[in-house]
Amino acid sequence: MRHMALTAIAAVLAGTAAFAGGADDDTLILNDEIEMVTKTAAPDHLSDAMDEIISGWHFRSDETQQLQTDDFENQGMIFADYGAEAWDTVEGSEDKSCASCHGDAAESMVGVAATYPKWNDGAEEVRTLQMQVNDCRTTRMGAEPWKYDSGDAINMEAFVTSHSRGMPVNVAIDGPAEATWLDGKDIYYTRYGQLELACASCHEQNYGNYIRADHLSQGQINGFPTYRLKNAKLNGVHSRFKGCIRDTRAHTFSPGSPEFVALELYVKSRGNGLSVEGPSVRN
Amino acid sequence: MRLTAITAALSLTAGAALAEGVAPDDVSYSDYGEVTVSLSGQPGDATRGREIFANKSQGNCVSCHAVTELADVPFHGEVGPILDGVGSYRTAEELRGIVANAKMTFEGTVMPAFYKTSGFIRPGDGYTGKAAPDDLAPILSAQEIEDVVAFLMTLQDS
Repeated sequence: MRHMALTAIAAVLAGTAAFAGGADDDTLILNDEIEMVTKTAAPDHLSDAMDEIISGWHFRSDETQQLQTDDFENQGMIFADYGAEAWDTVEGSEDKSCASCHGDAAESMVGVAATYPKWNDGAEEVRTLQMQVNDCRTTRMGAEPWKYDSGDAINMEAFVTSHSRGMPVNVAIDGPAEATWLDGKDIYYTRYGQLELACASCHEQNYGNYIRADHLSQGQINGFPTYRLKNAKLNGVHSRFKGCIRDTRAHTFSPGSPEFVALELYVKSRGNGLSVEGPSVRN
Repeated sequence: MRLTAITAALSLTAGAALAEGVAPDDVSYSDYGEVTVSLSGQPGDATRGREIFANKSQGNCVSCHAVTELADVPFHGEVGPILDGVGSYRTAEELRGIVANAKMTFEGTVMPAFYKTSGFIRPGDGYTGKAAPDDLAPILSAQEIEDVVAFLMTLQDS
């Protein structure tokens, strides 16, 4: 009896603490032009878990937030510019660049990143943007594939993604992608490692709370690739997944693995409706 | 002479085994998750427990739990309940069980088990990201658990 009463008190305290930090109410306007959707109603598939989805931008300091409002301050855009150079660079046995087939990315790539990862009928698999770029490189250009989440691959992903900024994330989770999406969902809720923590333990159950000095966000990936002040480079989402799982004292998966492809699809779908922000700036 | 030396060595080993207390897989939890006996067979040291609680490379309990008494330690977390006065409303047996494996007290809690070595999904070798060795050590030793419990018992309502 006494134990039950004390447990109830502990639950009340934990409930109170859950509202201590929270997301701020700022508005993200890009280059004084594009007003980003950084908070919106959760997609139907998340209705049991949460009502509102919130960009990680809201959980960062005003100083960090400011860096993303202007392309001249956003250091992630420097890497997107490297991607732009690569877009026009002829490589491989077929004497082609990306531009040879796709022309001006500012036209042909608009909205593309918002729908990746997506099902590829020919290959009968869910592909991330990096997988699709590598398929073009190997089968159309006759060039070497880029290593997953390597500098070249991330720069190109940032460049392509930048042309979708302000457009809503909209990945398909039904039809042929559903099986992969379910795999990703399973991974999201699995408590890995010696610390027995799932993605959901921090980013669904505890977003808004501080864990030591870190302000926990919803773990949305609409801002990837992400320029992190912490390591002063552009970061891929699989590398971020790997870092998180490592921090549960777990044996991680590798960037480009089927597990992380599935997880990317699932986590991206939790942000369906938020604006694409990549390349974003975070701490 | 030689025999005496061997006998002495044997009795030393037996003594050490006794002092080791209870192995992680052998801990006995009550229906409410309490652990009644000292895991190390020794009393805890509250001063050392305070260090383990605050130290990032040891318990790092402050990462999730705020404690007013630890005002000298920066960045207290908010994931778990504030622990001010926890020694007044919980017994040492309850606290030992919660620190060792909180899931035995609070089903589904996000709190990690600090004295557990089996039953994990893809356990790693510390924070390396690599697979765990076969002889995975608990996050805290039996004595470190006792030290943390001793520290928590000093957190009394003022």
